Amino acid sequence: MTTVESTGRVVGHLRAMWLRVEGHWVWYRRYWSSSLYSSGLQPVLFLAAMGLGFGSQVEPGAATGGLSYLHYVAPAMLLSGAVMFAVGESSYPVLSGFKWQKQYIAVTATPITPGQLLGGQLLWVCMRLLLAGASYLVIASLFGAWLNAGALLVVPIGVLTGLACAAPVTALAASTFDEGERFAAVFRFVVMPMTLFAGTFFPITQIPLALRWLAWISPLWHGNELARGVTLGGLGPLPALGHAAFLGGVVLAGILVARHWFYRRLVV
Amino acid sequence: MALTTSTSTGPSARGGLLLRVLPPALYSGRAGALLERSMLVYSRAWLVFASGVLEPLFYLFAFQIGFGKLVTEVAGPGGQVLSYVSFVAPALLVSSAMNGAVFDATFGVFFKFRWSKLYEAMLSTPVGPLDIAIGEISWAVLRGGVYSVAFFGVMAVMGLVTSPWALLLIPVAVLVAFAFAAIGMACATFLRSPSQFEFIQLALIPMFLFSTTFFPLSVYPDALQVVVQCIPLYHGVELARGLAVGVLDPSMLGHTAYLLALAGFGAWATARRIGKLLLR
Repeated sequence: MTTVESTGRVVGHLRAMWLRVEGHWVWYRRYWSSSLYSSGLQPVLFLAAMGLGFGSQVEPGAATGGLSYLHYVAPAMLLSGAVMFAVGESSYPVLSGFKWQKQYIAVTATPITPGQLLGGQLLWVCMRLLLAGASYLVIASLFGAWLNAGALLVVPIGVLTGLACAAPVTALAASTFDEGERFAAVFRFVVMPMTLFAGTFFPITQIPLALRWLAWISPLWHGNELARGVTLGGLGPLPALGHAAFLGGVVLAGILVARHWFYRRLVV
Repeated sequence: MALTTSTSTGPSARGGLLLRVLPPALYSGRAGALLERSMLVYSRAWLVFASGVLEPLFYLFAFQIGFGKLVTEVAGPGGQVLSYVSFVAPALLVSSAMNGAVFDATFGVFFKFRWSKLYEAMLSTPVGPLDIAIGEISWAVLRGGVYSVAFFGVMAVMGLVTSPWALLLIPVAVLVAFAFAAIGMACATFLRSPSQFEFIQLALIPMFLFSTTFFPLSVYPDALQVVVQCIPLYHGVELARGLAVGVLDPSMLGHTAYLLALAGFGAWATARRIGKLLLR
């Protein structure tokens, strides 16, 4: 008979995060249909309305790089969909984990640490973003929205941009103790203006210079630049690296702040 | 004996015996109490109330500086050529009235109805289901009305109000808010879990995107044009756009009748649903 020696660690970090993802998956398997719209259908509807409908009124010109508006707006629609979904999935659901449904308290009563719990949460959001992005990629290709195989890269860019919004919003949710009224303000004063003014529908050069910095500090603009760079071309390697570094930095900062609050709130 | 004493006081006494007896306690003339309650609630959250004004303004600003540069001219009502901003502004006014009204009438009503059981408490006082329906719908309409006045003011400042008929945009927005609040509230009584709000979004966002808000009807293929013309918001948008540029035609009576019918049906259905669910 062999004896099992304690290693001092019950499960590894990745395994612990993955266990949490499994937990989400069990829930998702039952309720996937009710989230089909927000994660999958909405970006496609926006693509149809703006790319085809509104786009039919747009003369290809300098603003769209001489391309049709559909090609111009298609990658950006994936990204703004990813941002909306990421913020939605990191606001009330995370607060609910702490406050209403309290799964987080249950999970950290097991050997899974708050940090691993946070990792699992963000990993789950990434996987949902990947799924939504891939389905959008396929449906948009039926519209003829992509020019070349560079479109495949838009999905990982979408995941990164989504994560750059999910991580700070998770941090905000973890530090929220009221009923989450501030999320409405985040939607109304951050997400919505970001969608309109961060280069999704028109180049930010049309925004007065005094206000343009607001677009520069938004993750969505950096994502849009990257996504248009790979689908339409015209983006040098150095700016591309800069945009990616900005997004990575926001993700990292968001994770660090969120981690601080997860430990503070869950470790007694 | 009991009958004679209970008829003595309160606003219900003015309504007469018929209102109180037939159909049972449906309406007691106290809808104003609900309106008063909403005002008290929002007097604590006035920032939330005020921030609703800003959302359509963000859109208008985006169209002024961005979209308007991509599309310079659009064919408006009566074949009139419009700048893109003046094409889209009346449509935004109407759709923001719709969004505001539906938000209050669905999310707000759902939580009061299913979670905080507020209406059950109200029905144990001399307030009937029709009072609740009228009170809640009035609040949504009032809120939508305030927003549309603010939006109209900004349109005027931006020089987008060119015809005196445009003043009628406000009653149109109020009518749209009324119709959507009534229908939205009737639908909200069918919801069982917050995750089902997705269905409301599923109805609202396509309506917002495809009711000729952002591009004219002629863009669609013929078969789809008929579908779009059945959508309620389409009628509000057409009405508002025609009035904004001062092009009037008889079809406006049809649009108005459609919205009035929708509003009446919604109010009736809401009262019926609340009565059915709570007065068992």
